[in-house]
Amino acid sequence: MTWLSIIIAGIITYFTRMTMVALVDRDLLGEKVKAVLAYVPSAVFPAIIFPGIFINEHGTYIEIYDPKIFGAIIAILVGYFSRNVIATILSGLFSYWIIIFLL
Amino acid sequence: MFTKKQLLTKGLLSVAPHMFSVIPFGIVCGAIGIELGFSPVLVYAMSIIIFGGASQIVFLQLLSGGASALIAVTSVGVINSRHLLYGAVLSEYLEKLSFIKKLLISYLVVDQGFAESNRFFQKNKNEPYLHYHLLGSGGTLWICWQLATLSGIILGSFVPEELGLKFAVPLTFIAIVVQDLKKLDHVIVMISCGLSSLLFFDAPFKSYIIISPIIALFVAALVLRLKK
Repeated sequence: MTWLSIIIAGIITYFTRMTMVALVDRDLLGEKVKAVLAYVPSAVFPAIIFPGIFINEHGTYIEIYDPKIFGAIIAILVGYFSRNVIATILSGLFSYWIIIFLL
Repeated sequence: MFTKKQLLTKGLLSVAPHMFSVIPFGIVCGAIGIELGFSPVLVYAMSIIIFGGASQIVFLQLLSGGASALIAVTSVGVINSRHLLYGAVLSEYLEKLSFIKKLLISYLVVDQGFAESNRFFQKNKNEPYLHYHLLGSGGTLWICWQLATLSGIILGSFVPEELGLKFAVPLTFIAIVVQDLKKLDHVIVMISCGLSSLLFFDAPFKSYIIISPIIALFVAALVLRLKK
């Protein structure tokens, strides 16, 4: 039963990946839709970022002085000015570690 | 013009920094499956059959918590439905591929690979072998995900929890969108999505992960209309 569920879940997941690439003709999408699609990264990733910072493992909001907020602010600043992915991630992690381990 | 090999390498390198989140996450994903009492073969098979980090963990947690298979499968579908949006964006660049190639490359569409390859595609629209970049980014993520979940299954979660490497997940996505903070319209869309995700976080089936992008895309449509 678990195996069957995994296979069905896998097929559904594959269809979420494949449908728009292989089955839907792009010409079916109007110009307006295409213009809106340019916002997809900005419209999707904050749904991973915000809960990852502001909600803890127990599903409740974090405190305002949580080190993750500090780490995220540093990462945003470093990322914005350096334009470097590694620097963004590491600056966020290190500033977070400095607070949880040293302070 | 880039050669196929150059594009493959560029794709690989573009996702390399994201390993800070992908590898610890994969290890945890493998380890959790074993801790919850599932067989190693089954936990590993999910990495091939489903190949979607967050959804794999949720699936196992739901089943071990006594939820029905229907609920677990539905949750996976809802969590992964965001790939429909990635596919819609990528289709522009993959249009010329044969149907079979489209079917094959679709399997490799994941968050970070989509983000990095899409950014490259926008700047290099006229390259003939663009899909090799996606093959490089998605293929790298696939291999690392397999190795990471496998090592989590075999070795347990050997990454010290005190390091809080879960925090690397929001950080890699910050790195992906941070340059768009320069554009006010994108900032408005991001904030709409972020606030919606907090607001709908407790919605059933983890549906905040698709509800908030849909809300944000409506906001984007509104912004586009106002800009005219």
